[in-house]
Amino acid sequence: MRTLGTCDEIGALYDLLVIGAGPAGMSAATRASKSGATVLLADENPGLGGQIYRGITSTPVQNRDLLGESYWKGAGIAEAFTASSSDYIARCTVWSVERAGKEGQDSFIANLTSKGRTVTVEAKQVILATGALERPFAVPGWTLPGVMTAGAAQIAMKSSGLVPAGPTVVAGSGPLLYLVATQLKAAGANIVAILETGALRDIARGLRHLPEFLTSPYFGYGLRLLMKAQRDFSIMRGVSDLRIEGEDRASAVRFSIKGRERSIKCDTVLLHHGVIPNINMANALGCAQHWSQEQQAWLPTVDENFQSTIPGLAIAGDGSAIAGADSAAVKGAIAAVAALDRLGMRSGDTNVEDARLRRDLARYSRGRAFLDYIYSPSRDYVVPRHDDTIVCRCEEVTAGQIRQTIRELDVRGPNQLKAYLRCGMGPCQGRLCGPTVTAVMADARGESPETIGHYRNRIPVKPITVGELAQSPQSESAIKAVVRG
Amino acid sequence: MYRRIDEKLLQSHQTPVLSYTFDGRAMTGMLGETVAASLLRNGVVATRTTPVSGAPRAPYCMMGVCFECLVVIDGIGNRQGCLTPLEDGMTIESQRGKRRLVEAVRK
Repeated sequence: MRTLGTCDEIGALYDLLVIGAGPAGMSAATRASKSGATVLLADENPGLGGQIYRGITSTPVQNRDLLGESYWKGAGIAEAFTASSSDYIARCTVWSVERAGKEGQDSFIANLTSKGRTVTVEAKQVILATGALERPFAVPGWTLPGVMTAGAAQIAMKSSGLVPAGPTVVAGSGPLLYLVATQLKAAGANIVAILETGALRDIARGLRHLPEFLTSPYFGYGLRLLMKAQRDFSIMRGVSDLRIEGEDRASAVRFSIKGRERSIKCDTVLLHHGVIPNINMANALGCAQHWSQEQQAWLPTVDENFQSTIPGLAIAGDGSAIAGADSAAVKGAIAAVAALDRLGMRSGDTNVEDARLRRDLARYSRGRAFLDYIYSPSRDYVVPRHDDTIVCRCEEVTAGQIRQTIRELDVRGPNQLKAYLRCGMGPCQGRLCGPTVTAVMADARGESPETIGHYRNRIPVKPITVGELAQSPQSESAIKAVVRG
Repeated sequence: MYRRIDEKLLQSHQTPVLSYTFDGRAMTGMLGETVAASLLRNGVVATRTTPVSGAPRAPYCMMGVCFECLVVIDGIGNRQGCLTPLEDGMTIESQRGKRRLVEAVRK
């Protein structure tokens, strides 16, 4: 691996551009460079690992048990990548990728910005490994300081060795919720309660997939985690109508349980009810996407090699469907092998490798549907019940405003709603409100999320300055379009 | 607010200490911290106020997607604190409401 300190060290042409340095991205880059492809891996974080292996090469946490073996697996993936011949640039934002070249020929032009400098790179193949983000959890008070996602607290621990200092409530559902609570407690945090908001609605459907899950490599691990959580924490199940109270910061959570109103004082609230693919870049580049009932999320449409509907552009890892870090690493390798095939550079015993990759993928996918169904987010927290709940955090648009606008102006899709309310038009570009807006609209209109659709994202996929934009090369026609005379 | 976990669980060698300011107050940082993580550890409650209502906000996702941790670093606004490694001598300010063109031009 050659670490590039600035954009100016980036080459003009690569066989493969990989975006994202999590398990999928690192594995893809490692595999492609092994066959002699020139690879650039660009990532916006300070170091390797993505979020699941955040800080894997630099974490101050040296007690291995604290973050667990599943975290340290990332060290092997990072080592293999470090030993590869790839170019790697950290703190670099890829804000556009566009098709170039003739029909039938894979070629892309990407704009990358790092430390205020922008460069344009040509790549024959592109793999998006942009990972996942936590499903928005729009409840009253979720914008107050002191409220974070459970994943955020885990990142603070992995990357900086920090834990919440005061009484902390963890609320939501899903395996990560229990993992984070257990890790934080072991690191000395004061977790006063776990509030389980999960719905029992989908358990029946999930049970059909239980036999398969029993053979999953995650079965034993998950069971031990749940048993430990059961022992160590005060877990309250069937929590409804969760609200966070406080003036300028969170001071308590209030909720209903078994028909009774309860309140718990705390200064940190960690929310989590599952992760969803981070689809902004795929969406902005024009990749087709579809609604997944199972994952209750939009997924970019990919084939068995994780190729998107744009030839030469693949989406590997949790960015195309949630299946976890082990699966992401395998998907990255599969996408890399497919890219090598397209480049005509595939080397080694292809049959043996294909068989191994498919076997690994099947192993890590086994029983995923069970988790998807039993940890399906509760409807109450997908469609905010209270009208004053902020849905779009950036532009401060409430559920009530959205419902009223849909009703009075017969709004049919999220893009139209942007024009009326500006929701999804702040700096996060709909990452934190997109799923909720679709859900509220589907609920209000009595239609399916698929019919309602999702925001159409645009490049630049991350905010950049005018100065950074102006550094990208300008064509004759583009100049003529804006310059008089 | 956040604190460092027990030193026994951390690396044995001393982490170098950095100094910086937040809204004029002197703060200490650890090498390897991001700006957002360091502010949380130093007890900063809100890192910005919103351009719409002026409500206080603080880091929410710590992974670059929510943009709640936007701060002004060395005079440059809209910087994502959770993606920016802390550096010695940084001047960090909370980002208050929306920018005003006149102020931006005077700078």
